[in-house]
Amino acid sequence: MNKWRDNKAWFLVLPVFVIVAFSAIIPLMTVVNYSVQDIFGPGQRYFVGVEWFRDVLLDERLHDALFKQLAFSFMVLLTEIPLGIAIALMMPKKGWTASACLVILALPLLIPWNVIGTIWIIFTRPDIGLFGAIVNNAGIAFDHTASPVDAWITLMLMEIWHWTPLVALLAYAGLRAIPEAYYQAAKIDGASSWAVFRYIQLPKMRGVLTIALLLRFMDSFLIYAEPFVLTGGGPGNTTTFLSIYLVKIAVGQFDLGPAAAFSLIYFLIILLFCWLFYQALQAVGTGDKA
Amino acid sequence: MGLKLNGIGKTVGRETHLKDIDLDFESGSRYVVLGRTLAGKTSLLRIMAGLDRPTTGTVEANGEDVTGVSVRKRSVAMVYQQFINYPSQTIYDNIASPLAIHGLPKDEIRTRVMEAASMLHIDNMLDRLPAELSGGQQQRTAIARALVKDVDLLLLDEPLVNLDYKLREELRDELRKIFRARDSVVVYTTTEPTEALMLGGNVIVMHEGEVLQVGPTAEVFLHPANTQVAEVFSDPPINFISGTVGNGRVNIGHALSLPVPHTMAELSPGEYTFGIRASQLNLKRESEGCTRIQGQIGLAEINGSETFVHFNYGDDSLVVQENGVHAFEVGNQVSVYVRPEAFYVFNATGDLVIAPANQ
Amino acid sequence: MARIELNEIKHSYLPNPSDEQDFALKRIHTVWEDGGAYALLGPSGCGKTTMLNIISGLLKPSHGSILYDGTDVSAMQPEQRNIAQVFQFPVLYDTMTVYDNLAFPLRNRGVDKQSIRERVREIAEALDLTQDLNKRAANLSADAKQKISLGRGLVRSDVAAILFDEPLTVIDPHLKWDLRRKLKEIHTKFNLTMIYVTHDQVEAMTFADKIVVMYEGEIVQMGTPQELFENPEHTFVGYFIGSPGMNFLDCTLDGYIARVGSIDVPLLPSMTNRCTGQSLKLGIRPMYVGLHDGPVEHGIEGAVLGVEDQGFCKIVTATFNGSEIKARVNENGAVPEGKCWISLPPDKIKLYCDERLVRQGDSQ
Repeated sequence: MNKWRDNKAWFLVLPVFVIVAFSAIIPLMTVVNYSVQDIFGPGQRYFVGVEWFRDVLLDERLHDALFKQLAFSFMVLLTEIPLGIAIALMMPKKGWTASACLVILALPLLIPWNVIGTIWIIFTRPDIGLFGAIVNNAGIAFDHTASPVDAWITLMLMEIWHWTPLVALLAYAGLRAIPEAYYQAAKIDGASSWAVFRYIQLPKMRGVLTIALLLRFMDSFLIYAEPFVLTGGGPGNTTTFLSIYLVKIAVGQFDLGPAAAFSLIYFLIILLFCWLFYQALQAVGTGDKA
Repeated sequence: MGLKLNGIGKTVGRETHLKDIDLDFESGSRYVVLGRTLAGKTSLLRIMAGLDRPTTGTVEANGEDVTGVSVRKRSVAMVYQQFINYPSQTIYDNIASPLAIHGLPKDEIRTRVMEAASMLHIDNMLDRLPAELSGGQQQRTAIARALVKDVDLLLLDEPLVNLDYKLREELRDELRKIFRARDSVVVYTTTEPTEALMLGGNVIVMHEGEVLQVGPTAEVFLHPANTQVAEVFSDPPINFISGTVGNGRVNIGHALSLPVPHTMAELSPGEYTFGIRASQLNLKRESEGCTRIQGQIGLAEINGSETFVHFNYGDDSLVVQENGVHAFEVGNQVSVYVRPEAFYVFNATGDLVIAPANQ
Repeated sequence: MARIELNEIKHSYLPNPSDEQDFALKRIHTVWEDGGAYALLGPSGCGKTTMLNIISGLLKPSHGSILYDGTDVSAMQPEQRNIAQVFQFPVLYDTMTVYDNLAFPLRNRGVDKQSIRERVREIAEALDLTQDLNKRAANLSADAKQKISLGRGLVRSDVAAILFDEPLTVIDPHLKWDLRRKLKEIHTKFNLTMIYVTHDQVEAMTFADKIVVMYEGEIVQMGTPQELFENPEHTFVGYFIGSPGMNFLDCTLDGYIARVGSIDVPLLPSMTNRCTGQSLKLGIRPMYVGLHDGPVEHGIEGAVLGVEDQGFCKIVTATFNGSEIKARVNENGAVPEGKCWISLPPDKIKLYCDERLVRQGDSQ
C-alpha cells in the first residue's frame, strides 16, 4: 500500500519536472552549447572552445558595463538600506495605522517592472512630467534623454522608489520581533535613542538585513526592464548595464556565441555573490540568539 | 506494542545531539527522561515520534522498523512546552481534531472528546477559544487532544514548565492518575528531579546526548550509577566530598577521619568521592552512630517548614536540609551530624561503589 | 535605597473600567521598607507583574500614587526613579563584552572612566564574573547572562531598588540554587531594597524576608515565610504556600469539636463557637497530620490511597469517611499499608470562617 502511494506522488510531480526542464534546464544547456561554438547559420557551427570566453573577458565595453553595473548597485544599496531601516523605524507598531502603512508601502512592489519604467519616463519628462516640469521651471535643466547625469539620477530614483519598500518591510518584520523587555531595560539603563538603535535594534535586525542586502544586490545587479524602458541604455551607452549590453549582443547583433559565453559568466558572478552572502548570513546568525 | 531504539545517534553540522542510544520501552509503562537543558531530551523525543530522522541507528515499533516512517503514519501523540492549540477552533474542535481527521463517526467523536475533557476537568469550557483560557487550561486542552487518540506512544516534552508552581503540582497529580490507566508507552521529559520522583515509573537519566542510566525511578534515585547521575538526579544538589580509604580508616574531607564503617569494609585503599544527600545531614545528633562535621555557615535559606543551611567544610560547600525553621548567623561555626552508613561512595572514575543500605 | 509607599493604587488596563473585574489591581496600599528583601508571590494573572511595573515606572497607575522616600514619583519615568529591573529572560546588549554591558548604565550618565572601572570590577567580583569580563556577553550561559542583567542594576551606586520579574524562569534547577544564594549574598552585602516577583513559593521563601501574597489583584497576606507557613490568614495562602498545600476539610462547629461529615475532630478549647459565617473549613498542613498503623487516641480510621516518593519525604494520600487528606512522612518513616489511623493534633489545626483565619483570642 505504501509503495503504491509513493509512485502516485511521483506522477503528480512529473508535470513540474517537465516544465522546469523546458523553461530552465534545456535552455541553460543550450546556452552552454552555444558558448563554445561559432555559429554562422543553421547547420554551420564550429567548435571554438574557450575563444568566446576569452573575447568576452577582454572586451572593453564589457568592462565598462560591469563597472557601471557595480557602481549602480553600490549607490543604490547605499541609499536603499539606510532609507528602508529609517522608514521601518518610523512606522507605527500596531493598530490600523500600521496595516495602512504596510499596504501603502507595498504598492510600488506590486507594479510590473516595465510599467515602472514607463511611469518614470513620463514623470521626468521636462514637458509633461510632474517632476520634470517642476524641476525645469525651478531653473534646473533636467533631461534624462540628453544628460548622462540626469539619466543616472532618474534611474536611481526609480530603483530606490521601487525597491526601498522591500527593505523597509523586511526591517519592520525584524524590528517587530524584538521583545519589549529590551526597550524597557534600555530605558532603565538610561540609554539614548541612538544607543538603543545601535546596541539593540541594529544587532537584532542582523538576520533580516543580511537577507535584504542579498536580495537587493542580486536584483539590482540583474536589472534590465526598468533601465531599458527608461533610457534604452543611453544617452549613448552611459546607462548600458550588464544585462542591457548582453541583450544588445545576443539579440541586436545576433552574436550568439559571445552572448552565451557572457551569460554564463554573468550567471557565475551572481552565484559567487550569492555564496558569499550566504556564508556571511551563516556567520552573522539571525540576531536573536542572545 | 513496544518501542525499541537501537544505536540512535543524531549529529547536526558539527554538533552531536545524541550518541549511541539503546532503549527499550514497554507498552503500558511510564518513562521519565530526566536531564538538564541541551541534554538531548527533545531530540530523542522527536526521533521517537518520527519528526526527525536519526543520523545513525533504527527505531522499531512492535518489531517493525519505522525509522523512516513519517510521523503521520505512526500512532503518536505529542504535548509540547508551549501550549499548542489551533487558535481559531473551539476547545471541543481542538480535542476532536485528531479523530475528525481519521473520519470517525460524530457520535463516537463526541463520546471520546467528553471522556478526555472530563479527565482533565475542562468539560465546562468546550465552546470557548484557546485564547480565552488560562495557561493551565490551554495545556489541559493540548493534553486532552493527545489522550483522545488512544495512541501507542504518548510523548510529553516538559509540558508543565510554563505553568505556575501550584498548577504544576496539581496537574502532575492528575497526570499520574491518567498515565496509570493507559496501554500506551508514555514518555515524559523534565529537568526537575522532584518531578521525576513524583511521576514515578521508570527514569532515563540523560546528559550531553548520552543515556547515563535507566531503571525504576526509586532504584535509580537510591543507586545512581555514577557521580553524574547523582548530580543530575538530586534537588537540592547532592554533596560531594573527596576522601581516601587506607590503613583501616576512612578520611572524608580534610577533617573527618573514622574507622572503616562496616558498609565500606570491602573498599580497597585509594581515593574516593563521598556523596551525601542534604537530607541525610542533620543539625542534631540523631542517633548513636552519628559523626560530626564542623564547618562555617555560608547562608541559611528558609523554605516554609524547612531550612537549607549552606556551610563550608574545608574547600567544599555543602547543603543541609533540615526540618523546622532555624535562623543562623553567617560566619558562625556549625556542627553537622551524619551517619557514616548514609554515604554514597564513588571510585576515582566516578562510578558507584557503595550505596547506603536500608532504603 | 528607598522606602517605597503605595497609596491606594488601583489599576485597570481598560480605558473605561466599569466594575471590579476590569481592574488588574483592585486596591494596593502598603509600604516597602528601605533595604528589605520582598517577594510578590501569586499565581499567573494575580497582578504581580502589573504591580512591579507600577513600582518601576514602566506603567502609570490609573489611580493612586507611589512614593519613594516620601517623594511622589507616580509620573516619573523609570530612569528618573533610579530603579533596576531584571527580567524573565536575560536582556543583554549582545554585541558588547561583559565589561561593556556592566559599564553601559554608568557611561550613559557620564561617569568618569576610572570610577567606572572600579565599580564594574567590584560588581563583577561580587557576582563571580571577573573571569568573564572580556568575553562577549552573547556566548555565556543563561545563568551568567542573568547575573550580568543583575550586575547592570547593581552597578549604579544610587539605585533605589532592584526589581526582579521571575528571573529564574530560564535557569536549570541545579543552577537555581547557586543563583538564589548569589541573590541573597548580594542583598546582605549591598543592603538594597529588592522586590522579587514569582509564582514559585520556594523562590519566594528562600529569598525574601517578607512575602506579599497576591490573589486576583489584592494583597491577601504579608509576612515572613514562617508566619505565612504557620498562620495563613486566608485559605488561599494556606493552599498556595507549602508543597503540598494545606489540607482543607469542610466542617461544622459544635462547642470546640469540629464535625467533618460524621467524624468528630477535637480542637483547642479556645476555639469554642468562634464562627458565625457561611462556610467553615478546617485546615491542617500535611506535615502535621499523623499516620499510624494502629488505633491511637482521637485517631480517625481511614485507608491509604497512594504514596508519592519525593526523595527526602513521602506524601501519603489517605481517605476517611469520604474525605481525602494528605500527610507528609519522613523518607525513613514507615507508611501503613491499606488501613491506617489518622491523627490531627488540635494545636496545629486552623479554622477558616468564610476563607479567613479564625484567630484565638478573636471575638467573631
